[in-house]
Amino acid sequence: MPFIPHTEEDIQSMLKAIGTDSIENLFDEIPPALRADKLEHVPEAMNEMAIGRLMQERAEQDGRYLNFIGAGAYEHHIPAAVWQIAGRGEFYSAYTPYQAEASQGTLQLLYEFQTMMASLTGMDVSNASMYDGASALAEAVLMAVRAHKSSRRILVPACVHPIWQQVADALVKNQGIELVPVPYCTGGGDAVAESLKRFEGGDFAALVIQQPNFFGVLEEVDELTNWAHAHNMLVIGAVNPVSLGLLKAPGQWGGRGADIAVGEGQPLGAPLSSGGPYFGFLCCKQALARQMPGRMVGRTVDLDGKTGYCLTLQAREQHIRRAKATSNICTNQGLMATTAAIHLSLLGQSGLERVAAACHANTRLLVEQACLIAGVERVFSEPFFHEAVLTFDMPVADVLRAMEAQGILGGLDLTPYYPELGNALLVCATETKTAEDIRKFVENLERIVSRHNSGPACTRLKPTATSKW
Amino acid sequence: MLIFELSRPGRKNPSQAPASQPEADDIPAHLRRAGKPLLPEVSEMDAVRHYTRLSQKNFSIDTHFYPLGSCTMKYNPRGAHQMAMLPQFLARHPLAPETTGQGVLACLFELQEMLKDVTGMAGVSLTPMAGAQGEFAGVAMIRAYHAARDDTARTEMLVPDAAHGTNPASAVMCGYTIKEIPTDRDGNVDLAALRAAVGPQTAGLMLTNPSTLGVFEQNIQEMQKIVHEAGGLLYYDGANLNAILGRVKPGDMGFDVIHVNLHKTFSTPHGGGGPGSGPVGVSERLLPFLPVPIVAHDNGRYRLVTEKDLPQSIGHLSAFQGNTGILLRAYAYARMLGGEGMRRVADYATLNANYLMAELKKAGFDIAFPQRRASHEFIVTLKSLKEQTGVSAMDVAKRLLDKGFHAPTTYFPMLVPECLLIEPTETESKQTLDAFVAALKEVLDEAHANPELVKTAPHTMPVRRLDDVKAARELDLTWKAPAA
Repeated sequence: MPFIPHTEEDIQSMLKAIGTDSIENLFDEIPPALRADKLEHVPEAMNEMAIGRLMQERAEQDGRYLNFIGAGAYEHHIPAAVWQIAGRGEFYSAYTPYQAEASQGTLQLLYEFQTMMASLTGMDVSNASMYDGASALAEAVLMAVRAHKSSRRILVPACVHPIWQQVADALVKNQGIELVPVPYCTGGGDAVAESLKRFEGGDFAALVIQQPNFFGVLEEVDELTNWAHAHNMLVIGAVNPVSLGLLKAPGQWGGRGADIAVGEGQPLGAPLSSGGPYFGFLCCKQALARQMPGRMVGRTVDLDGKTGYCLTLQAREQHIRRAKATSNICTNQGLMATTAAIHLSLLGQSGLERVAAACHANTRLLVEQACLIAGVERVFSEPFFHEAVLTFDMPVADVLRAMEAQGILGGLDLTPYYPELGNALLVCATETKTAEDIRKFVENLERIVSRHNSGPACTRLKPTATSKW
Repeated sequence: MLIFELSRPGRKNPSQAPASQPEADDIPAHLRRAGKPLLPEVSEMDAVRHYTRLSQKNFSIDTHFYPLGSCTMKYNPRGAHQMAMLPQFLARHPLAPETTGQGVLACLFELQEMLKDVTGMAGVSLTPMAGAQGEFAGVAMIRAYHAARDDTARTEMLVPDAAHGTNPASAVMCGYTIKEIPTDRDGNVDLAALRAAVGPQTAGLMLTNPSTLGVFEQNIQEMQKIVHEAGGLLYYDGANLNAILGRVKPGDMGFDVIHVNLHKTFSTPHGGGGPGSGPVGVSERLLPFLPVPIVAHDNGRYRLVTEKDLPQSIGHLSAFQGNTGILLRAYAYARMLGGEGMRRVADYATLNANYLMAELKKAGFDIAFPQRRASHEFIVTLKSLKEQTGVSAMDVAKRLLDKGFHAPTTYFPMLVPECLLIEPTETESKQTLDAFVAALKEVLDEAHANPELVKTAPHTMPVRRLDDVKAARELDLTWKAPAA
């Protein structure tokens, strides 16, 4: 019996101890009409070898592509030690650390994780993780509404990750909270204080600022933060943790800093894995600590005065507070927070900065080279980090299909999300891409675009540009 | 020692970073970081040693018996982990075209089909990332269903007093007010109270069955009639699905929506607090409201169903497709069990619980509902021990750690005083259960002979009992470097 250790002798002696003669009798309190006969759609058991082979075949069927898609999930090098340690049974198969004395490993690690995330974001405190970046944004919105007290409306620029906007809306709308869209600047691709002017005088709980925004464009975070604070709103900063190796931390934005920082933790040690598991992080200023959702680990002492760690402020949480809890979250993404702490320890300060710089340089190179091709343009003028939008004079879907045939995933087609941008592609080259990979991307793009334009490829290069190769 | 205290300025791991650091001179100075983040500067070996040592301070299923009631801490097959970590699965971007994901989508589709079967539901969405998010999805669908019928006076969700705290918290996140329904002396929901509670304001009832009291809700057929006749829908909290897996389908009990905790019943790891996975299943009438994406199989191809196909969907609950890697582990586990193996899960989880209950009763422990069969779990109450010796359920739990056993769930459900909620799961052998009974018996004897020993436990863990009052009052959530 798979994963059931009982011998026939065990079963008989156990039934005898219970005082019955069959396992069937143990279900005698269940009304007979409710008992199911058989599972029709669950196939017969396979052993590990057989299912291993099936899944290997399916994995191979999916193959591996040279990936230039980012859009909220980024391909990074993950040191081998990260998953070898996170995969240790003592982390992998442990429960939530409610029994603190038997969970000091997980608890200390989470305290270290909180320290790293708070420091990266420039905030005072961090919780022990949320499900993902999108749901962390939703929780930040709920926090802001609790803290603000008078308003249940939140300003969300259209250049915030569109799926995050959908997730946040799905998670908060039933509580009568409204996400009010703010148009982005069509030239720069950023949210500008100018376009926010129309909201002055309205009562809003918070402004969401994503840095870099969904287009990869850098926002004028100081100006936006100061504007929001001047108009009695909190600031929720949504950030990519790798970018914080280079970019200003939300806690440093404007005169007072953002109030809450959230983001997708995937770039810190989580494989792309078709979307999960990742983790969300949520950090805030000290004054908001008691409004936090989810688990938090605190440092304390034991009976002998020795340092130890335990879950704290549990009176905010559903298992104590029930209907009055700050959130319904219970299980979060503990193992992914574990990988993040190990990942950041292996990278260190300089490593993270270097990864951020390499990602940015690669994307910059790719954009520069791609824009040498006639018919390929960068859409927005503002500085970007690590990701950018290109347009073509042909449908993006056609470009991507032709690239896929060459083993390249060329980026994300923005047409379904931002039809007003025309044939727009969101593209990203992380530190995992070599100059050769980028050359392959650009050469294929050139071939596809020039074939579409049916002119000789050599005449289509812009004469003023110089190549970095 | 914290990792930060191992840190030395200038220590680096060049093999884990890109070879060079290009200038990001196009990024304006005012948008750049001022000052370095507090990240450790340690060698790779320092980090490996530090985190390996930390891991050794944990209890886990791989090292200890974990009889945590309502948590279903069963063995997490290593094979499932390895299969979910196949390089091609790990490398696939969530927004990559469906043409590049037919293998992974096939696994997810088949998992949906298997979950439909075991839950007796018409449709399944795998996207919720944990049980609580599954609950949110379920209640949000109930709300969307009533709203679609212009039945907007339904503002109240009924929740039994024995329910997990997530139930009322999830219903509140969906904008409902909560009405608690009491439990009767046999551990069933009080039917008279339920009858009195329902009305045109009732949106639905959230129920765990078997309940968190470790007993099967015998009046479920009557209950579903009461709620449905009042126009409400029935929500099944799948936290205890392990007890009836393959033996009773929640759909056959009349439930309209269910969430399944894959990190319980389908043996995916708890990871020290997640990631979990909480797929939702629904009856016919809730199909239009399922969260997206869902995997469809038509014309021989797998594809993702989005809000375009399902305009009434409650929407996206995660940026992408939920915890895919966890879903792959559950899929591998389900295939290793097969249909018969799933029924055996319920059989042996129930056998183990009833055996343990019988043995603990013989050993002198008070069972909260001795007149009832245990489901996959049961409750011991230490009320009389507390009165006689001053030793509490928490003290006994802590002393068990010294004996090499993780504690059962304590002080939940809240209606049984000084309770231990014990769930052995099917993956433990009789020999482990016997050793656990012996350990609990020893603690009981110690509580009478030397209560101080138990009250000050644990004595053999890396730390003694922690001051959680201080932790909350003098909040210390992040380490600060000492002033130089």
